[in-house]
Amino acid sequence: MTVQLGIFYILAAFVVWAAAIVVLGKNIVRAAVALIFTFCGMAALYVLLDAEFLAAVQVLIYVGGITILLLFAIMLTSGISSVTARVVNEQTPFSAIAAIGLLLGLIYASTRGNAAMAAPPRLPETAPFLGRLLLTTYALPFEAVSILLLAAMVGAIVLARKE
Amino acid sequence: MIPLNHYLVLGAILFSLGVFGALTRRNAIAILMSIELMLNAVSLNFIAFARYLPQTMLQGQIFAIFIITIAAAEAAVGLAIVLGLYRNFKTVNVDEINLMKW
Repeated sequence: MTVQLGIFYILAAFVVWAAAIVVLGKNIVRAAVALIFTFCGMAALYVLLDAEFLAAVQVLIYVGGITILLLFAIMLTSGISSVTARVVNEQTPFSAIAAIGLLLGLIYASTRGNAAMAAPPRLPETAPFLGRLLLTTYALPFEAVSILLLAAMVGAIVLARKE
Repeated sequence: MIPLNHYLVLGAILFSLGVFGALTRRNAIAILMSIELMLNAVSLNFIAFARYLPQTMLQGQIFAIFIITIAAAEAAVGLAIVLGLYRNFKTVNVDEINLMKW
């Protein structure tokens, strides 16, 4: 059991615990803070996977953008129903069965095959390769995603403005 | 050395937690948070595969960049919709928003 494997288990336990609070927590603000912890744990896992540029992007955009947006929305919509008695609706048994079935199917599909797959030697840094790929092979999705972001910005402003 | 299966199983656990949250939570913002959890699990799978394939093919990381971008756009529009819902119904619990049910 190497140090890397131990670090992976610690990070995995942390991420699963934070995700459980997101999904099951009664207090919605605590769920949002647990989501921040989940994103930071995922960024640490990306660093463990030698994707350091993506770890930085994850922290910047997910923690610095999306969770702030979520907290603003929680703040603006927590008027009357701030202390709800029930957190989950009446579909809990069926969705628990569905989620556990999905989990078992995915674990079965993930653990078949060659478990001793050795990782190839890693790149010194990934950002130059990602930049080259984004501007050559993946230039079309790159431009399309920028149009998508423009449309999302305009749409969000139109949807959220006061009439 | 960490086997690839460990990352895939962790992604599977996070994804099924997200599925359970998206199906059972009443608060619309909590549903959006569960969807973000699912997207993160898929990103982890992509980046794990990008690591364990020959390293000149970084498509997994490219895909994860696009997932993060689209998740940001979706969160913005989704939360704008939730704000509109709150303005009209005074609640964000999705089982109380049943005007179109018969």
